[in-house]
Amino acid sequence: MQFEYDIQGGDFSSAGKASSDIKKVLKQLNIDPQIVRRIAIALYEAEVNVVAHAYKGVMKVDLDAQKIKIVLEDEGPGIENIERAMQEGFSTASDEVRQMGFGAGMGLPNIKRNTDEMHLSSVLGEGTKLEMMVIF
Amino acid sequence: MELSKVSQLIKGNIVHESDAAPRLEFAFSSDLMSDVLRFHMEKTILITGLSTVQTLRTAEMSNIECIIFARDKKVTDDMIELAVENNISLITTPLTLFEVSGRLYSNGIKPIF
Repeated sequence: MQFEYDIQGGDFSSAGKASSDIKKVLKQLNIDPQIVRRIAIALYEAEVNVVAHAYKGVMKVDLDAQKIKIVLEDEGPGIENIERAMQEGFSTASDEVRQMGFGAGMGLPNIKRNTDEMHLSSVLGEGTKLEMMVIF
Repeated sequence: MELSKVSQLIKGNIVHESDAAPRLEFAFSSDLMSDVLRFHMEKTILITGLSTVQTLRTAEMSNIECIIFARDKKVTDDMIELAVENNISLITTPLTLFEVSGRLYSNGIKPIF
């Protein structure tokens, strides 16, 4: 099964819609609730990151009986130093993002914690690609 | 603890009661959604002063069953819609985050860790 969603940068009223959709699909497939929770949280953190930092992005989800693979690719400022971005507490989020209850520098480490594989790559001034996988 | 008891303890107003009839055992107080997303939240109440659609989305992803909005924060129609869709009960209260937490703690609601 494959799914694809467009994500609009700055659109906080819709942030989470794609993650919500996928979570509902996973529940319907009777996947272990703890695994569903991990995937939903990783997806949502990743979706909020695109809304918070990029101009726009695409979330692609590829699902089979053994695993879920997710790729988020965005057009945006990119990440200057990935190692630093992965550190808990480091964030470049705006005040607006912080007012929404995010931007504390915990999103990327939390994605790593909730996935079996995670790979982050970025070209400064162009965009960021996040790939993650969870095995059922 | 049942929702009606929780609401009564904090002078609350139940804005939406989920059909799932939650049995609430734990609570977590935070305005920082990033923090909420870090922990297991089964049978848990989120007590917060942050009233946005993202509060509901965070609860949805974390399997939170009830949100208490402290200091009389307004709950919008968009938020109620998401609460209905995801079986999340909503309570508003004029009390502060501190007082809500204290009242629930002293009546047996436990911290999540």
